[in-house]
Amino acid sequence: MGIRFILMVNKQGQTRLAQYYEWLTLEERRALEGEIVRKCLARNDQQCSFVEHRNYKIVYRRYASLFFMVGVDDDENELAILEFIHLLVETMDKHFGNVCELDIMFHLEKAHFMLEEMVMNGCIVETSKANILSPIQLMDKAH
Amino acid sequence: MNPFSSGTRLRDMIRAIRACKTAAEERAVVRKECADIRALINEDDPHDRHRNLAKLMFIHMLGYPTHFGQMECLKLIASPGFPEKRIGYLGLMLLLDERQEVLMLVTNSLKQDLNHSNQYVVGLALCALGNICSAEMARDLAPEVERLIQFRDPNIRKKAALCSTRIVRKVPDLAENFVNAAASLLKEKHHGVLITGVQLCYELCTISDEALEYFRTKCTEGLIKTLRDMTNSAYQPEYDVAGITDPFLHIRLLRLLRVLGQGDADASDLMTDILAQVATKTESNKNAGNAVLYECVETIMAIEDTNSLRVLAINILGRFLSNRDNNIRYVALNMLMKAITFDDQAVQRHRVTILECVKDPDASIRKRALELVTLLVNENNVTQLTKELIDYLEISDEDFKEDLSAKICFIVEKFSPEKLWYIDQMLKVLCEAGKFVKDDVWHALIVVISNASELHGYTVRALYKAVLTYSEQETLVRVAVWCIGEYGDLLVNNVGMLGIEDPITVTESDAVDVIEEAITRHNSDSTTKAMALVALLKLSSRFPSISERIKDIIVKQKGSLLLEMQQRAIEYNSIVDRHKNIRSTLVDRMPVLDEATFNVRRAGSFPASASTMAKPSVSLPNGVEKPVVAPLVDLLDLGSDDILATPSSSGPDFLQDLLGVDLGASSSQPGATLAPRTGTDLLMDILSIGTPSPAQNSTSSVDLLSTADVNSNPSIALDTLSSPAPPHVATTSSNGMFDLLHGLSPSPSKEATNGPAYPPIVAYESSSLKIEFTFSKAPGNLQSTNVQATFTNLSPNTFTDFIFQAAVPKFLQLHLDPASSNTLPASGNGAITQNLRVTNSQHGKKSLVMRMRIGYKLNGKDVLEEGQVSNFPRGL
Repeated sequence: MGIRFILMVNKQGQTRLAQYYEWLTLEERRALEGEIVRKCLARNDQQCSFVEHRNYKIVYRRYASLFFMVGVDDDENELAILEFIHLLVETMDKHFGNVCELDIMFHLEKAHFMLEEMVMNGCIVETSKANILSPIQLMDKAH
Repeated sequence: MNPFSSGTRLRDMIRAIRACKTAAEERAVVRKECADIRALINEDDPHDRHRNLAKLMFIHMLGYPTHFGQMECLKLIASPGFPEKRIGYLGLMLLLDERQEVLMLVTNSLKQDLNHSNQYVVGLALCALGNICSAEMARDLAPEVERLIQFRDPNIRKKAALCSTRIVRKVPDLAENFVNAAASLLKEKHHGVLITGVQLCYELCTISDEALEYFRTKCTEGLIKTLRDMTNSAYQPEYDVAGITDPFLHIRLLRLLRVLGQGDADASDLMTDILAQVATKTESNKNAGNAVLYECVETIMAIEDTNSLRVLAINILGRFLSNRDNNIRYVALNMLMKAITFDDQAVQRHRVTILECVKDPDASIRKRALELVTLLVNENNVTQLTKELIDYLEISDEDFKEDLSAKICFIVEKFSPEKLWYIDQMLKVLCEAGKFVKDDVWHALIVVISNASELHGYTVRALYKAVLTYSEQETLVRVAVWCIGEYGDLLVNNVGMLGIEDPITVTESDAVDVIEEAITRHNSDSTTKAMALVALLKLSSRFPSISERIKDIIVKQKGSLLLEMQQRAIEYNSIVDRHKNIRSTLVDRMPVLDEATFNVRRAGSFPASASTMAKPSVSLPNGVEKPVVAPLVDLLDLGSDDILATPSSSGPDFLQDLLGVDLGASSSQPGATLAPRTGTDLLMDILSIGTPSPAQNSTSSVDLLSTADVNSNPSIALDTLSSPAPPHVATTSSNGMFDLLHGLSPSPSKEATNGPAYPPIVAYESSSLKIEFTFSKAPGNLQSTNVQATFTNLSPNTFTDFIFQAAVPKFLQLHLDPASSNTLPASGNGAITQNLRVTNSQHGKKSLVMRMRIGYKLNGKDVLEEGQVSNFPRGL
């Protein structure tokens, strides 16, 4: 299992989406998110996109006001995870049209459905944006 | 009705939460919402369920408890409509986990949905199962998943494949059921199915050796072909990332090839070409290309030796390292750590660049680089690298100093070419980052200093100078205080000047100033203060001219808030005040601390062979738990009545065990451990007790031993205290017991007080060795007895390296003069004599007892004999 969790956090450090692929208690999650956010938000653009925290490696990338943070195992390919974050953002862009924090907040379940199509149990399922979005668009049409 | 598009209440809640200015406001909103949701759940209206769950997911994301909504998930999953199921399964994955019993209730719904006619419903169930299934569910549902791997729709196949990775991880026994299906997935064209299939194979390989062997023989070539086709394929817009077709799939394929090639020369051979192709042809100006290159390098380094490829890989890493992008440099450092194991030289070439990375403003890069540098250090470059690192330590960020100083200490200890260099480097670290240095590091430094007798003067002067400038570095102060206490006389007299030193003039009162500063500074911690107090006691004897001032400083500590400090201050004051005659012996220099013992303790283990007679002590388990300490101490104290004394030539072996190498205790010990030997009256003073009963004695002396470090682990004190004891306790503990009983019912003996002549005794006799004691008493000093021991060799072979050691209970004080020789001629043709002086503080109440240990070499073999002398004439 490569990916342990995916977080989307805004500039103020508020969590906007959290998906864990391993079980942590609520308290552990809150603590972990707080620590990671503090670490990542303190870094500037020139610094690398990787932060080591506890036994995780956090790969993060900032898009406008939103930080995408992915916690991975130590032996995961960090550059590939960066690429994955970009794919995630592109996919959301394609669906929402220039995705922003509010899109994710008010369509949390849709963001989760997209993630579900992309990652399962910490592994990548699908890399084609069309394939990822087709079930979601199908549902939208049905309503 | 879709609750998400038109259900205003979810939107309202999110808006309300967004509008919150403070965390307290947010909590209030959430609390109110949760109350509403609970009420609605109780009403059990199916139309509200969607919205409730959607809200709960949001609340859960914010980090509030939502367990009360778990049953709602199950109800939604069981409902027939797809939208309900979808939100139900999502809630299941977010709000529940595999440990909760509620999850068992969902197994049946999952089973039905896995067999559902609508493939989207099947997809939902697979996804949920893949994310949260427990071992039990895995067993129950594995057959369904196995079947779905061959489903006609690729979207189901890929999800079934990933679901299988979780199943086999939960229940490795099931692995063999999936091997064939996994192998068939590798032939797929659909990228999603292929990438999940590759991941399933990877998982199976790590679980089962048979699976690994199967894939290695059956699939290696196919995988290589797939990878080659992908690398050479034409532009595919759907999967193209910066000119590379599906880098994710590339990476997964390379990763699977890595496990197949690892440990198998044939498979490695097969993949050489394609790896070389990927390594040379991949574009490295975009992140996607670098990600693939990075994975490729890792695979090249993991598979069986193919030298030309490795050169290629190292070159790629070199390029990465000089890249301007920090991300690339980070992964380069990461990989070089792996490369160092097979090509140290190639990595050494990049040393300068790596050292630069240690100074990078980016903490992640610094951390990686520092770890890499630690691996790069060897005997040849240690001085240069250490200099660089220490120079950097001076200017580095505060939060990096802890890591950096720890690594420097590690390097310096491991590769130090000589003691002077080691001490110099450690002093620099202590000056710059003393407050970050761990206890074991500065303990080790003190042990080394103690062993470098020719450097004592140099070290204490260097520390004195350093502490004047860097008095805020706690551990520096401690080491300085310890050294000044021990070697204060060398400091003021400039003894042992090295050529490299500038002479300094330090007066006795300058030296005391430093200690006074340490003990009075408000932010010194209790350990430092305790060490300073002991140092003062020591200096009172080294600097008799200013002992009044020292006494004043000690007396001030009577008002310390720490009970230990108060008590010690009173005791030390009394030593300074009333016992000038014994003070100098009492606070004599610490015996040399044994490095080997210290290292063993530091490593937390004990020497394997207890037969090496030098360390009879350390076989005592260290990890004694607190509650049992008290009785155990009493018990062991029986043994510790015997304080082993040995001639100064061979003394350290036992004494350092006795004194303990752990500094927490040892700093204070000279006063403490020697005290019992100086006679009861002093002991009374020190222990400040009126009526000495053995029980009291024992507990108090434990106190004494652990004096310096109030927080020190009691077992350490116990350990040091009881060090020489266990062998005796095990073999002949009657002696200690005797004393105890004696002490309980003292029966004053009535021997004459004018020192009659005492008959000589045979103290010990074995088949090979005889020891005789003759006694004499100095007139006017009844407590003290001179014993002349005569050793005779009864065997036909000469004994060499002859050492006699003796131990006496606490109420006795033993002094051993050097023996006349350490070679004992065969068959009684000559003898060794050795003088012992025994002072009996309980003269008239207790008789002498002594335990002996005789070590020698017979034909090159170590021989050890032990005995107890209890036939001393009465009245000694």
